[in-house]
Amino acid sequence: MSEELFNAMRQSIIDGEVEQADALARKALEQNVDPLDAVNQGFVPGVNYVGEQFAAGDMFLPDLVLAGEAMKAAVAVLEPEMQKRGLARRMLGKVVLGTVKGDIHEIGKTLVATMLSASGFQVFDLGVDVPIVKFADKAREVNADIVGVSALLTTTMVGQKAVIEALEDMGLRPRVKVMIGGAPVTRSWQEEIGAEGYSEDAIGAVAVAKRLMGA
Amino acid sequence: MAGKIKSVANPRVSLNILSDQDVRRIHTATLDVIENVGVRFPSHKALDIWEAHGARVDRQTMVVKASGQLVEAALKKAPPAYALAARDPSQDLMMDGHHVFVGTDGCGVEVIDIHTGERRRSCLQDVADIARVADYMEEVAFHWVAVSAQDCPPESRSLHELRALWENSTKHAQTESIYSEREAQASLEMAATIVGGREALRQRPVLSLMQCTAPPLGHDGGSVEAALIGAEAGLPTGFMTMTSCLTTAPATLAGNLVVGNAEVISGLALIELAYPGAPVFYAAAQTASDLRTGGYTGGGPEDFLFGAATNVLADYYNVPLSMGSFATGAKEPDWQAGIENSLSTFMASIVLSDMLLGVGLLHGSRVWSFEQMLMDCEIFDLVRKTLEGIVVDDETLALDVIRAVGPGGNFLAQKHTKKHMRELWAPRLFDRRPYNVWEEKRDGARDWARQKAQDILKNHQPDPLDPRLSAELARIIESVERKA
Repeated sequence: MSEELFNAMRQSIIDGEVEQADALARKALEQNVDPLDAVNQGFVPGVNYVGEQFAAGDMFLPDLVLAGEAMKAAVAVLEPEMQKRGLARRMLGKVVLGTVKGDIHEIGKTLVATMLSASGFQVFDLGVDVPIVKFADKAREVNADIVGVSALLTTTMVGQKAVIEALEDMGLRPRVKVMIGGAPVTRSWQEEIGAEGYSEDAIGAVAVAKRLMGA
Repeated sequence: MAGKIKSVANPRVSLNILSDQDVRRIHTATLDVIENVGVRFPSHKALDIWEAHGARVDRQTMVVKASGQLVEAALKKAPPAYALAARDPSQDLMMDGHHVFVGTDGCGVEVIDIHTGERRRSCLQDVADIARVADYMEEVAFHWVAVSAQDCPPESRSLHELRALWENSTKHAQTESIYSEREAQASLEMAATIVGGREALRQRPVLSLMQCTAPPLGHDGGSVEAALIGAEAGLPTGFMTMTSCLTTAPATLAGNLVVGNAEVISGLALIELAYPGAPVFYAAAQTASDLRTGGYTGGGPEDFLFGAATNVLADYYNVPLSMGSFATGAKEPDWQAGIENSLSTFMASIVLSDMLLGVGLLHGSRVWSFEQMLMDCEIFDLVRKTLEGIVVDDETLALDVIRAVGPGGNFLAQKHTKKHMRELWAPRLFDRRPYNVWEEKRDGARDWARQKAQDILKNHQPDPLDPRLSAELARIIESVERKA
């Protein structure tokens, strides 16, 4: 019985069917299936399969994003019940993410947020045009492991350095790691400002975040 | 002495990329999007203008919904032809739909150092060096800011870059790196200094402003306000969309064109509503995001098709086009760079895109290479020659010469041959030497391009800017820095 449900859950993630994943999560609650089992035996195998297919070159970025969205929908349904039962998903870490002050470029940052959350990180997305101090405030508030700062313009890229300085001022370094991204960002810039990681794309960002968590 | 400028002019080769009906459907879909979905203009100044002309404006979301009639009527006010002026008037560029001119690409963040071969962060001296080589090359007709002067303060960086262009070249400057009212005002003052005042600048715009949109369906507030400042002063202004299939646009090419078109024509309509008759241009560099990384690709069949299709749209609106070509995703001047830059430039040129951007950058417009710059110039020259096509008349059919030589002879000693031989293309960077000659040195295009660029940097002296004007430009920049 559960086996059939778990298979359908797995498939809903592979197909990237957000509504279907949502409906299956509700069905699990109705049938009194352990919500943590639904996540770990139902939905997560789907995420893993998509990840493997992507690595093999048989699936593409939109597959990953839709799988991530479907996963998010399922977890949102199951989360309250998990909390009620005192169960918690094991998360890889907490990431505060945003595009820096003066910069409104969103897509790359949002893609990184989606991929991180699909990969098991808890993500706090601050949006775009985010004041420097807000990165540090949020990091302190949620006890973040990683702060991610995006910038697309060479003129706003300096804000990435400012975020690191703000974290230092608040005494949050080096407990909070910093990763940076955006078209003009290079390894030499990362090294110069003392960030722990950078990536040119969202898949790479997940690998960097995992490395920073020692995962 | 200012050099001459090579352009594609009146090609004899043509391409059918979109039917009239295709264009009308794209246009109708675009108006539907602008009217019912809307475009975001995060600038109160822009929203005020839209509202004053009867568009529906949501102050909260800053989304504008304008009727098709309003947009169409505004676009009709745009002049179909005008000149981009140069410091040297013999280098003025006519935006008349009959030429293709090439600029440098922009705006890179790293440079492959011409002396050490090492990749490093770009600085103001690079902007100056690139401008000087661009001044020399006949294929380069105008400048973008090719790399960012990252050793200058962010608030005045674009102005230092502009000064470096004018001090090292007599050709037209189009900037893609001014995105605030304050910088736009200062750049106007600088341009007016060059030509002798604001009224002179209106007659001879030695500067044009290119602003990027913020896809999907958005604009950057500072960029829009900078464009309005420029348009008020008579500078040609344009909006460039870089809609990207999968990420900032639908996966389908037609859908991508609609989203980008909505951004660009809403931007141009805003300018025409504010300043009717202001010279504007369409600008685009649409692409498809990479299926695996989601990143900018800098080339591929989608880019080539966009390169040709966009000029059909710009023609439909009767405004000049500034089109992204070149801009390879390759990391070095290699096989991929050659293919991408040749095909993108061919496709954008055959339809007579007025401006092409541009030569010299690798890795999706991020890393400057002088070698690539000179190779790109060679690509453009090859495309230019190809598009001249085949002339068929009595002289070119050459029947008299064929009769004179007859079976088994050769044409080398014919006067007709000597008369026409220079019409054949002579490469500067292609290797057509015998195999054994190559084998001795094993050198090639990259080496020759690098040597040529080094030679230009060492020996080419552009017509200098009057030192008093130069000092005045410096004073304008300083005053901006003091206020910051």
